[in-house]
Parts: sequence; C-alpha cells; structure tokens
Amino acid sequence: MSADWDVTALLGGMARDLRPHVDPEQAGMIGIFTGGVWLARALHGALGLQQPLGQVDISFYRDDFSQIGLHPEVRASAIPFDVDGRDIILVDDVLYTGRTIRAAMNEIFDYGRPARIILAVLVDRGGHELPIAADIAALRLNATAGEHIKLRGPDPLRLELEVRGPQP
Amino acid sequence: MRKLIRNVRVMDPGDGFDAITDLAIADGRIVLREERIADFPADEELDGTGLIACPGLIETSFHAHSPGHDRDGDMASELRAAVAGGITQVLLRPDTQPVTDTPAVVQEQRQLAARLGLARVHCAGALTTALQGKALSEMAAMLDAGVLLFSQAKVALPDAALLRLALSYAADLGRPVWLHPEDVDLAAQGVMHEGGLSLRLGLPGRPAAAEQVGIYRDITVAALSGCAVHFPQVSTASAVALVAEARRRGESVTCGVSIHNLLLCEQDVGFFNNHAKVLPPLRTIAERDALRRALASGTISAISSDHCPWGVDREGMTFVQAPFGISAVEWLLPLALRLVDEDILDLMTVLGLLTQGPAQVMGLPAPSLAVGAIADMCIFNPDTYFTLDPTRSWSRGQNLPYGQWQLRGQVLYTLVAGRIVYRG
Amino acid sequence: MSPSTFRFGEGNLQYDAQGRLRHLLSIEGLRERELLQILDTAESFLSIANRSVKKTPTLRGRTIVNLFFENSTRTRSTFELAAKRLSADVLNIAVSTSSASKGESLIDTVDNLMAMQVDGFVIRHPDAGAAHLIARHLRESALVVNAGDGQHAHPTQALLDVFTIRRLAGPIENRVVAIIGDVLHSRVARSQIHALSILGCPEIRVIGPRTLVPEDLTALGVHVYHDLQAGLQGVDVICALRLQRERMESHRLPSLDEFYRRFGLTPTRLQWAAPDALVLHPGPMNRGVEIASEVADGPQAVILQQVSHGLAIRMAVLTLLAGAVGGGDEHA
Repeated sequence: MSADWDVTALLGGMARDLRPHVDPEQAGMIGIFTGGVWLARALHGALGLQQPLGQVDISFYRDDFSQIGLHPEVRASAIPFDVDGRDIILVDDVLYTGRTIRAAMNEIFDYGRPARIILAVLVDRGGHELPIAADIAALRLNATAGEHIKLRGPDPLRLELEVRGPQP
Repeated sequence: MRKLIRNVRVMDPGDGFDAITDLAIADGRIVLREERIADFPADEELDGTGLIACPGLIETSFHAHSPGHDRDGDMASELRAAVAGGITQVLLRPDTQPVTDTPAVVQEQRQLAARLGLARVHCAGALTTALQGKALSEMAAMLDAGVLLFSQAKVALPDAALLRLALSYAADLGRPVWLHPEDVDLAAQGVMHEGGLSLRLGLPGRPAAAEQVGIYRDITVAALSGCAVHFPQVSTASAVALVAEARRRGESVTCGVSIHNLLLCEQDVGFFNNHAKVLPPLRTIAERDALRRALASGTISAISSDHCPWGVDREGMTFVQAPFGISAVEWLLPLALRLVDEDILDLMTVLGLLTQGPAQVMGLPAPSLAVGAIADMCIFNPDTYFTLDPTRSWSRGQNLPYGQWQLRGQVLYTLVAGRIVYRG
Repeated sequence: MSPSTFRFGEGNLQYDAQGRLRHLLSIEGLRERELLQILDTAESFLSIANRSVKKTPTLRGRTIVNLFFENSTRTRSTFELAAKRLSADVLNIAVSTSSASKGESLIDTVDNLMAMQVDGFVIRHPDAGAAHLIARHLRESALVVNAGDGQHAHPTQALLDVFTIRRLAGPIENRVVAIIGDVLHSRVARSQIHALSILGCPEIRVIGPRTLVPEDLTALGVHVYHDLQAGLQGVDVICALRLQRERMESHRLPSLDEFYRRFGLTPTRLQWAAPDALVLHPGPMNRGVEIASEVADGPQAVILQQVSHGLAIRMAVLTLLAGAVGGGDEHA
C-alpha cells in the first residue's frame, strides 16, 4: 500500500532544508545503497554540487554480519573525492534503528576524516536503537514494528507503507 | 555333540544337491541326511525352516595382522568376524609384520588359531624373504612348519629372473604359488585406477595395462618353471583373457576375484573415500562386467572378500596416505548374493565360487554336505533383508564402503566339525 | 538397485543442509550462483585497496589459521593479508614435512587448533583430498578453504584467474581459452577448467607434450593439442602454467630447453593467438622456460593484476564463508 506521499515534493523540501548548510563547491554527498543512492542523485543535481557523487554499500560493516551473513548482492563502494576535512552529506531513504548509519559512518571514516557529517533522510520512522538522529528528515513518523516502510525506484520513486504481522 | 538340523534347504555345490531335508551330525561329521530323521537323540536341535545350509565358506585372502599391530585387528577379532560371515576356513596373507617367511611365524599363527578354535586357519608362506623379491625364502622349512602354499601377497615381483627361480623351486615342493600380477613400474605410486576419475581428482593411477603386462609375464615365466600359479584377485578383462588362454593351452593357471571388483567401480572413490582404496583398484564398469562374465564362463574359480581390516587410526589419513584394503569378511555371503539379485549367476554357482572353487585353488579337499563329510557348514537366511551397519562388526576394521547397503543372506549358524562357532 | 551406487552419504561437502556455502574445497561442486557471488563481491574489495584504511571490520573477532604443509610464501601471504584486511586475527602454521611425520596426524593438528576456538582454516597440503578430509571432520564448526591439495585443486587461483579474464577480456562465454604446460600435474589447471566450464567458456584448450597433456584429458571437456601453433589459433586468453623441475627427473621431458623450444611463449609465438590475447600466469614464473621475459613484462601479460585480484578474491571467499551463519532471508 502506498500512502499519498509525493516523493518529488518531499525531495524538494529536503533540498530546500539542506541548501543553507551546504557549500556547493566543497561539500561531498554520499548515498547509501540502494534507496539512499537514488535520493542522493536527485539531491546532488538539485543542490548543484561540484564534487562527484559518492556511494557506499555497508554490507561489510554491518554489526549483524555474524547473524545474517553476506548480502547476496554486494556493490562496490566508491567515494570519488577526498574525505579528509570535507563536509559530507550522508543520504539514506529510511532511518530506523540507526545501525545502517553507524555502519556507513564507520565506512566513511575508513576513507578519511571528514570535517562534519550531515545526515539527510527521506523518512525518520522512529524506533532508534542508537543515539543517531537525522539532521534533515522529510517525514517524521512513529511507525510500529508491524509497519514496513520502503522506497521503491529508481523511476518513479515511490514510498510504500506495508502493514504485516510482527516478524518472528 | 550330536546335533539335528530340521527342515533346512541343503545346497551342496559339490554334487548339485538341492533339497529341503534334515541333517544329523555326530562326532564332527554328517551321519544322516534324509527328509524326516526319526530316532536320532541330539544334544541340540536347530530349526532350519526357511534357511539354507551350504558347506562352510572358504576365504582365500585373509589379513589378520598376526603378527602385527593389534589396533588393526588380530587373529581373535578377525576370526570371529569370519565365522560371523559363515566362513569355516581361511588362508592367511603372508604380508604380516614380520612377514611370514620363517617357520617361527608359521608356528605362532598355527598355535594361535588352534587355541581360538574358530575357523580353520591355513598359513601361506612368503615366496621371497620379506616379500621383497630379492631372495628365495626357506620354503621347505616353512612347509614342514605347516604352510599350505606360497604367496607374494599384494607385492609384485619385479625381477623376472628371480621369479622364474622362485617358481621352479616351489614347483619341486609341489605347492602352488599365488602372485600379485602387476608391472611395478607402470603401476608406480598409483593409489587408484588410472582413468577418468583419477585424472579429475589429481591422484596418481595404476593403469589396467600394468596388470595386463604383469600377468602376461607371470604366466609366461610360470610355464617356463613348471609351477602351478594362482592369481587371487584379478581386476581386468585382459587378465581374465590371458588366464583363459593359458588354461586352454593346458597350463596350471587359475585366478580368483575380489567381491569388491564385482560390485564396485572407480566412481566409488567419489571425493577421496578412503574406504574405497583397495588393491587391485576398483576399475571401470566395463572391467567389472568383464569379470562378471568370466565368473559365469568359469574362467574365475573363486570369490574372496580380500579381507584387510584397518583400525580407526586410518580415518584421519588422506587418501594418498591411507593403506590399501577393505574389511568385509563378515558380509562376503550377502555381498555375493547381490550377484544373484542382479541375475549374473544363480545361487548354486555363487555358493560354489565361495566353497568348491577356493578349496580347489588352495589344494584342499572339496567341501561337501554328503553323508560322511566333515560338518563344516554355514546356515543362513536367504530372504530377510537387513541394513549393513559397519559400526556393528566383529572385525576391528571399519574400512568398508558398504555402509547402509540393503543386503540379504545373514548368517545364523556357522559350524566347524559339527561345533557351532557362531550363532547369529 | 545399481551396485555401484556411491554410498558415502555426504552429498556436496561444501554446502550445508540449508544450501549455504560453508567450505571452498574445489570449483567442482561450487554452484554457479556462489561462483558469481564471489566474483561480484571481489569487485567491492578491489576498491578497498585504494583507500587509506584498507580494512573492513567484517571478520573482526574471528581467527583464521593458515595451515600450510607445503612451502608457499606468496599464497600464504595473500591469504594472511586478505584475512587481516577483513580485521580477522591470523595464525600462520607452517608444518614442515618432518614434523608432520613425527606422527601428529592432520586431524589431530586441526583438533588441537579447534580447541583454541579458531573459526577457519586455509589449508595447503601435498596430498589430494586433504582439504576434503578436514572439512568432513569439521563439518560446520569451522570454515575450510583449500589453498592447494596435491594435484587436485586450487580453487582461489582459478577464481582470481576467471575474475581477471572477465575484467580484462570481457565475458567468458565469448572467449577461447588455452592452458599451456603441465596440465596433468596441475591443480591450478584442473580448477581453471571447472571454473571456465561453469562460466560457459565455449572452448577450453590444453596444450603441451603428450607426456604432460595426455589425450584422456578430453574427459574433462577440453580440446587437447600437442602443437603450440595449432593450439593458439584464435585463442583470446592464454594461461601459462609453471613447469616444475621434477618433470625432468620423472623423464616426462628430456630438458627444460626442449619444453621452451616446443611450447615456450615468446613474442613471435604470441602472434599466433588472437590480437591482444591476454597472458596469465599463476606465478612464480620460470622465465625462459614456459614464458619469455619480453612476454612476461609485455603489455598483454596481466600477471601483476592477477596478484591484486587474488587478494580481492580471497577476501571475498573468506567473507562469504564466514557469513554463512544466517539464512540469508534476513536480507529483505
């Protein structure tokens, strides 16, 4: 089921909220596979960033690797700019427990030492398990365990909310 | 002890007798064989309904590691396994440690066997000292100590000139010589059959040609020497053909086959299954089928389990490191019955290959279940299927690739001279 | 009932009952899905070598033991580096043949290490089947990677070779590949043949003297050539194998010079193959025996790339095997 969310409008809002914090020449944007990369592409263009877009696949940095193993499709992370001393905008689709963001930050720090990281997400659904907060969130919800929120794409981008029973 | 066996199907490959009858045993011999024996007071009566009684099986190749390291088995454990398989006579392999090339070792073996009172044990003396193929062993001395014949066990003899001399010397003594036919250089360090699987697995192989070249040489040299020779385990169509030709020429040449080469093939090595490492190696299906045909045509005289137990220490070895051998004497009869199930041979012929044939190539009196014969017999259930469980075995050897096979032919009683040495 | 039914009862030792890859023992028995996953995952690890922190935390807290019964500095150091870059702890055990013959069996050595809670073994042994023996013994209690067992298999070498071919020469379904040298005794060649077959290579050739490349090799699904010129016609990828001195001692060749004369890859002979054909070699090279220096150092040789690919491939293999604990369904 898709609620009536207009992702394009939400993206517009994110770009507007980000613009004051961003130096388009210097800032580096990094999207987290897969949804974060789709969003980052749109935002990268909207903000007119000079540095090429970076992307990370956090599979090797997950804290639950021992429990769930390797994702069947791992893509190569690539950050085509120097991370040292740079302002980074980290983009993801859904912020939930915060573990994905922690893994992404760990990975970014293995590339270098950023000046700061601004987290921009499409949806902050609550349920944080770590002290990680989104600086920019187009939607702030209080979703329950049975509600599953997913970004579909890449074209068109669609936000889906599915209600299933609680996972075992 | 007087015994009466009622209502059992007696099958005697010696004279072809096949009928349901009663058997009366006294003083170690069969005294009566008729349909309803009346008036025979017996100490024990066995109900043979649904069972078959045949002469006790004769195992022509039996490794009891005596003398040797008892972790791999000893005379006691292995003879218990043998009688559990319906075997009443065995021929020991001389490749013991030390090798059976002196009267002292022969005496030790005979004494041990006598004390145990299980199957009858026949000793084979090494043809050459330490089986090395460099010098003749003291064959006359060993004969006096009681060996039945001379053998090179699983060791081929590379020096043809020495082979000729050894065979000539043995010919004087009137005993057959058993040989392992293989050209040592062609066989080299092979650990399995040289073929498609050995190529895939990257294992050195022993080509069929090594056996062909070896047996051709051995038969030719034997003819020069006037000695009767026997090849206890042939594994190739060429070997069988060469033996048949020699027999047609009237030469004293015989051969036997291992049950493993009749049932298995190189594929059973799978991914380095140590339990399928055996000499001669398991070969192709075509070779296996040629051996089966040779059984049917009578070129092959005897079937053996080629019993060679190895204890559990062998389990941790790589295929290359592991010693050759399969431990299966307890299941020789059920495995041989597979040949009946697959319509290769009928039951009477199979029983003959396990009794008459071995006796003939060993130079023993023909086993019989006629009145007056010594009561060495095996009574088994031909119908009920069971699952082979290698962990429940009398032998100390765990090395066999037949785990979980569904077989029939479980032995219920084994008698040696009328005494029950095994109850199933 | 077929009398020659293989009853060993273990199925495919490399996979567990849930269908997850637990051990990498040979390419034979590796499903295409996992083979491709290893290659794809290796792509990710290649980029890590260019970062300042060349590590990922994936195997943090795990201990991998390099158990080498044969000398090998290069393979062992690649595995060591691969494990360390995954943040694993590494234990290197070089078992000289003399200490192995002191009596401790392969299984005892492994059990002693398992008592110290190690998570995986990378094993190289002179006997074919050694890795299988250990995997059969350990089952799912630790991962086993075969780094070479006798003449049987060297799966990670084959994986890095097909990875290299795929990256530098394009899809393997379109390539004709020739393996030159002592194929009979080569675990690398056997594994390469299986990997190329799985990936749909339309034509695999083996080229060498009959004493090292017997006709029976066609049973593996390859074309056998004893003439280099004939064998190289239309070939896009050449895998040269290392020739060992023992081959002369076993009289399979009169001399190393004879091999070079008949099969050595010189710049002139390289022309017999397709233009820009790739030249691979597992190393270490015998210059002037299987390959001329000009070819080894020339533009068509990709030997150094193979080395960096080898590191990425081994990181991918360790990651995939170490991650085989969950069901994989958790990746929704």
